[in-house]
Amino acid sequence: MNHFESKQYPDAKGHFGPYGGRYVSETLMPALLELESAYRDIGDDPGFQHELQELLYHYVGRPTPLFHAKRLSAHLGGASLYLKREDLAHTGAHKINNTLGQALLARWIGKKKVIAETGAGQHGVATATVAALFGMECRVFMGVEDIARQAPNVQRMKLLGAEVIPVSSGTGTLKDAMNEAMRYWVGAVRDTFYVIGSVAGPHPYPEMVRDFQKVIGEETRSQILEEQGKLPNMIVACVGGGSNSMGLFYAFVNDPVEILGVEAAGKGIHSGKHAATISAGSVGVLHGSKSYVLQDENGQIQEAHSISAGLDYPGVGPEHSFLKDSGRVRYVSIEDGQALEAFQMLTTLEGIIPALESSHAVAQAMIEAPRRSKNDIIVVNLSGRGDKDLGIVGQHLKF
Amino acid sequence: MNRIAETFEKLRQKKEKALVGFVTAGDPNISESLTLIAAMCEAGLDILELGVPFSDPTADGPVIQRSSVRALAKGASLRRVLEMTRDIRKKFADIPIILFSYYNPIHAYGNKAFYKAAQENGADGVLVVDLPPEESDEMTEAWPGNALSLIRLIAPTTPVERMKHIAASASGFIYLVSKTGVTGSDGLDTGDIAFHTKNLRSVTSLPICVGFGISTAAEVAVVASVADGVVIGSAFERLIEENMDKPELASIVAENVRKYKAATKMT
Ligand SMILES: Cc1ncc(COP(=O)(O)O)c(C=O)c1O
Repeated sequence: MNHFESKQYPDAKGHFGPYGGRYVSETLMPALLELESAYRDIGDDPGFQHELQELLYHYVGRPTPLFHAKRLSAHLGGASLYLKREDLAHTGAHKINNTLGQALLARWIGKKKVIAETGAGQHGVATATVAALFGMECRVFMGVEDIARQAPNVQRMKLLGAEVIPVSSGTGTLKDAMNEAMRYWVGAVRDTFYVIGSVAGPHPYPEMVRDFQKVIGEETRSQILEEQGKLPNMIVACVGGGSNSMGLFYAFVNDPVEILGVEAAGKGIHSGKHAATISAGSVGVLHGSKSYVLQDENGQIQEAHSISAGLDYPGVGPEHSFLKDSGRVRYVSIEDGQALEAFQMLTTLEGIIPALESSHAVAQAMIEAPRRSKNDIIVVNLSGRGDKDLGIVGQHLKF
Repeated sequence: MNRIAETFEKLRQKKEKALVGFVTAGDPNISESLTLIAAMCEAGLDILELGVPFSDPTADGPVIQRSSVRALAKGASLRRVLEMTRDIRKKFADIPIILFSYYNPIHAYGNKAFYKAAQENGADGVLVVDLPPEESDEMTEAWPGNALSLIRLIAPTTPVERMKHIAASASGFIYLVSKTGVTGSDGLDTGDIAFHTKNLRSVTSLPICVGFGISTAAEVAVVASVADGVVIGSAFERLIEENMDKPELASIVAENVRKYKAATKMT
């Protein structure tokens, strides 16, 4: 494995090689430039960083544990599986790491209203949560299909005081919610901060969200070194927009560690009903950045499909496209049925109910573990917990 | 002189401002779209903005979103819009045609192939909604010079220093967005428009066309008193949507073109 110089990216204009950038209407450009300069300022501000660290510790509950899944490992017969327990972070997913950072930044800039798009509802809940914490007004855009399949999170957002705005265009999923959030932002940009939920969107979001999430990998790295005295052989995470995966991967890109990103293959890549953007897409521009996208030959974006609302998106963060082309990360995909099996397996063998998104990463680890020796270590990012998915899982498993 | 400059020069002599009409190409279907565009040109439209429908129009309000869905359902694509351009150009030798697109369809077509086809089929300018100057190097590096104008957008949020920078790389005319919002949103602040137009005039000598949310002849008259052109988009698309099942669709739209055009005459 060759040494990889990823840490110099993005460049000054927000490009990761040919990817990234700021493909937005002029109305938003001044706000993005302002955001970028504020983001540079807080990087050097000890007060800001201190407050963020304190909240990550006392409010989110970091560091999250790294759990050795012994029964699952024994069952699979091969490498030892460790789970990075982002499901134990406050609100039940990694998303809060990012929303806390962005809400603090919104306050720093002086904006008291926040908006967000959400698919699984985890990012919406995490945004509504920090809005409550900081006394901000919060609006969350969510597709009607996702409102139906992630109902518990809709109730949580409402309880937290957020307004949930249903989006019915397209397939009523994450892409459509993001379209609508961007439109709203164009009109409200003077007083509203857009909290984007993944490493997608225009610069500086992909860089900023990665930086707020990289705590996942930094903790994992020191936890495994402390416990096992060595680095893992492989790390695995699911890829929707790509934030929990970038968060885990970033600390390891220059290490001799195999890195796997797992996309959603839905009903199968050949069925056309999938969300495997990197595995089956081509280069295009969506939601403000250049990256792999699912599109037809005329450059129209195609609809994605996944059982998991958080992975049901025809785009992906630009840094992933860059990592894919460089060969540093291997991207694979897992179908709906495989994710459901992994969901049950982890639940019954370890007493941990994973989010359907995270179940894709678990499913891939279940394929990898038996192929490896007992001395090998695989770390899986358990990006969230599955309470929100009980309805949809119940429908599929008939309970 | 190209068609855009000629048009503004002629209008200046007649003491008129330009009526710029935006329609989503292929709405409600390709042949009716061609018929109604022809009727608009005959009714006195000065500049045609031909919208390339896109699946994810994040700078557009509901009216243009729905028009894009209809056009895409009828098979519209950048390729078809370029063919439509050629058909319109055959009938109307002088009207400037601006292709108005999001970047992804152009990127998928190939930038160089796109300029070539745009020129050959008779387009005069290109406006890419989601391509600010920061990202346009890849677009301009193969740009065919003056044969095709690169129309730039200026927003109410654009500071004057940035206006200057953007205007420096613009050609044809400058499109000033009338309000902080997506297309078709209501609540026009004419004082604001006058203020931004004045700022913009201080940094460019190009003609200034103002658009987004202008829908009545009275609004056209007010905007025309400060700008060089007035863009009507969502209001035309709303007419198309409301009347698309009627055989007289084209004449209804043409009638409105005449009404708006009358409001651009300054005498
Ligand atoms: C638990 C969980 N994991 C993963 C994702 C996918 O997003 P990302 O790829 O940005 O981590 C989501 C998104 O909603 C999520 O809720």
